Amino acid sequence: MDGKERMDGMTDFLLELRSEEIPARMQVKAKEDLARLFNDALAKAGLAAASVETFATPRRLALIATGLPLATDAVSEETKGPKVGAPPQAMEGFLRKTGLTEDQLIERDGVYFAIVEKAGRQTADVLAEAIPAIIRAFPWPKSQRWGAGSASTESLRWVRPLQGIVAILGDDVVPCEIEGIISGATTMGHRFHHSGAVAIGNAGDYAEKLRDAHVLVHFSERCALIRDGAKAAAAAAGLTLVEDEGLVVENAGLTEWPVPMLGRFDPAFLDVPQEVIQLTARVNQKYFVCHDSTGKLANAFVCTANIDAHDGGAAIVAGNEKVLAARLSDAKFFWEQDLKVALDDQAAKLAQITFHEKLGSVADKVERVARLAEWLVTEGIVTGCSAADAKRAAELCKADLVTGMVGEFPELQGLMGGYYARAQGETDAVADAVRDHYKPVGQGDDVPTAPVTVAVSLADKLDTLAQFFAAGMPPTGSKDPFALRRAAIGFLSLLLQNDLRCSLKDMLLATGAATSFDSLEEFLVDRLKVQQREAGVRHDLIDAVFSLGGEDDLVRLLARVNALQAYIITAEGANLLAAYKRAANILKVADGVDAAAPAPADLVAEERALLTALDTAAPNAAAAVDAEDFEGAMAALASLRAPIDAFFEGVMVNDEDPTKRAFRLGLLARFRDAVHRVADFSRIEG
Amino acid sequence: MSDIAPLSFQDLILTLHDYWGKQGCAILQPYDMEMGAGTFHTATTLRALGPDPWNAAFVQPSRRPTDGRYGENPNRLGAYYQYQVILKPSPPDLQELYLGSLKAIGIDPLLHDIRFVEDDWESPTLGAWGLGWEVWCDGMEVTQFTYFQQMGGFDCKPVSGELTYGLERLAMYIQNKDSIFDLAYNNATADRPAITYGDVFRENERQMSTYHFEVADTDMLFDAFKKATAECESCLARSLPIPAYEQAIKASHIFNILQARGVISVQERASYMGRVRDLAKGSCQAWMEKNGWTA
Repeated sequence: MDGKERMDGMTDFLLELRSEEIPARMQVKAKEDLARLFNDALAKAGLAAASVETFATPRRLALIATGLPLATDAVSEETKGPKVGAPPQAMEGFLRKTGLTEDQLIERDGVYFAIVEKAGRQTADVLAEAIPAIIRAFPWPKSQRWGAGSASTESLRWVRPLQGIVAILGDDVVPCEIEGIISGATTMGHRFHHSGAVAIGNAGDYAEKLRDAHVLVHFSERCALIRDGAKAAAAAAGLTLVEDEGLVVENAGLTEWPVPMLGRFDPAFLDVPQEVIQLTARVNQKYFVCHDSTGKLANAFVCTANIDAHDGGAAIVAGNEKVLAARLSDAKFFWEQDLKVALDDQAAKLAQITFHEKLGSVADKVERVARLAEWLVTEGIVTGCSAADAKRAAELCKADLVTGMVGEFPELQGLMGGYYARAQGETDAVADAVRDHYKPVGQGDDVPTAPVTVAVSLADKLDTLAQFFAAGMPPTGSKDPFALRRAAIGFLSLLLQNDLRCSLKDMLLATGAATSFDSLEEFLVDRLKVQQREAGVRHDLIDAVFSLGGEDDLVRLLARVNALQAYIITAEGANLLAAYKRAANILKVADGVDAAAPAPADLVAEERALLTALDTAAPNAAAAVDAEDFEGAMAALASLRAPIDAFFEGVMVNDEDPTKRAFRLGLLARFRDAVHRVADFSRIEG
Repeated sequence: MSDIAPLSFQDLILTLHDYWGKQGCAILQPYDMEMGAGTFHTATTLRALGPDPWNAAFVQPSRRPTDGRYGENPNRLGAYYQYQVILKPSPPDLQELYLGSLKAIGIDPLLHDIRFVEDDWESPTLGAWGLGWEVWCDGMEVTQFTYFQQMGGFDCKPVSGELTYGLERLAMYIQNKDSIFDLAYNNATADRPAITYGDVFRENERQMSTYHFEVADTDMLFDAFKKATAECESCLARSLPIPAYEQAIKASHIFNILQARGVISVQERASYMGRVRDLAKGSCQAWMEKNGWTA
């Protein structure tokens, strides 16, 4: 703390919440939450810090705020009370809460407000009150009780037992207490490298004091050490690290003093597919893997220890090598066992696995998917492959679910099936389809384009959607237990990316799950809106085209929407929309509109012009839509813009003469109908 | 390793007994029934309920029929030994106490990398869950460390700390062996070599694997499951939580054998587990009532 800050009346604050090991995956979010809760607490008291920095290690969550005033200004606080005329109990309660009398309240827009003047407070007092409140309000994803205090279920909850609080404002401890834990100025260093307490003077020396005690409090510093250290360890062995930022962060969350080290495994394990090795190393052991100079997986890994071992880490590396060897020998065992069984035999076992109690076994699903995949090809919806290949790939696509490897590593589903299919001599197209048929998994995932894969993937998703909807199990609100939203996005991506032309209704009927699918179609269009939002496609325009009915080829639907959007954002399009809305409003209140109402003898020029334009535009728009020339359809509509504007300008629709009036209403109806050849403009916002 | 000679399997147990005995734990004997884990011992399940302090340590033979590998897999067994410590309420220095036990069995934390890695524990058959870690030693899980939050569906008031050491894994680590069966079970004497874990248990693994996977009479077992269920309910009707709970343990083990025999379909699995859970929960509830404790 230097003298200048003191003279400014500003100071710094350190808070450290020390606990038993915080799960690695929670630390980054916890830092953000701490900063937010702290800033909120300051703001509530009328304080603000010049800067707030947060720290997390497995054993501590900390925060340093700089430039805090020593006291708050006096504030007047306004609290909203009951409405005028509210029951007397509400008023009594409010007065009790605020400590005011009714005549001290002010009234604004029919609501009472209390204004309470508050004197300035010492920042230390504000903090002493805020710290326990922050701890109690902390939003850990999962928290627990512990110790003697847990005899009551009301006792403090924290992610793991809370062990200590350091709270220092300037050079002084901010005294506070929660559940018998009293704030102080000492913390603990590294669990094994440092025994006894570490005394902290103030926010300024926190990080350095802990560094001396073998704790790197900066999350980013530990990340950098792991990132660079792992790369260096691989390089020293002549290898290239397979970089993995997720692992960097996870290891930083598991260590206070990270030390990356390289270990080896028996090259015989490299027979196992490299994804398996990488997965078990990564998920089970948090190890990085390496490539050799040819870019192939090397028989080496990098683990991250939390100590500078006094033998230089030899025992640690040896121990980790042994653990990985045991895991890889399990994997190798599964791989070799699985290879002995034909995928068709594995597929037969799927009859034992329930897909869903109402929807039969996985074998039943496979049968349906195979039929659908074959249908998609024979119907010419998916082209460029044989129906037999699509059927074959579909029959094998779920067989790996009963293999030992997928039993052990469920996330390898599909991938292993692809390996096993290739190993038993299936064609590449079939093996690739088995491997990739789960794709795309959610938005942003690669969308398959290989025809066999497209057929199987599409059939799989189509079946899932149709079956669950037909059985009355659509997603509701936030509940989507069968991941139908994801299946829908996958289905749509496959259709659109591959330009697959087909009536949605026909495809759904081909599933055989039901005879009508109204709610599923709506659901899919809703998903289409969500999916297209990112591409900037307006949801109201999708509605405008879809609600016409009859357009359920989603590829064509989207082409229409895109053409519509390109037109509607032009000044001309906006004018036409305005004219449409005006016409629609007039028609809405008129009764007995007849589009074929006869023309009166004396047509004015504007009427004649509009009539002529409609005679050309309506059939042109319809023909263009039929020819899938959507720009042409827009051009046909555009030809109506000038005549309709002129019509509104020069003609009174609700003329006293009923013949004229009926004819003019009829013209407007024809105008509306012509527009509807392209889209229902009443659905368009703006 | 460290400067002391690696402990034999039996010395590992004796050292832990000595250590935890000195910490004030009652050193109990295994529960004399087949069970899948030390947590099933009444000293854990039932004693985790209610307000009374409780500190105990014991070895629990644990049977996992589906994990049997006919004595062929160096890392897997159908029956193994857990060392279980339960401390209620969880003491504030539980982690330090635990690390002290690792030092006692010869693991130097400045030579080996000891880590507490998130692992939340849940037992669907006991209606229990807790938060804690798996403790890693150089990347190997050697202990499950749990703060019980609920047992039998009841909040733990207060919370117990439970430590479950995998004795074979720990011994493989300490003795630097690649196969469980090569572990030194005891210590060599001048005229007699040490016997190995394999000498003691390999034949059990072979025969029990054959029994569990190929021989066990499934009709008899389905019948026994039903009878255990009925017996449990009849004990509950007479407010006898301990015998009721024993029947729940029995049903759970029978279910495990049926699983190993592969005669329980995926659909049925959840329903069987639900039945065992109901028995265990019912027993816990009866135990609470018998003691006059409220949820």
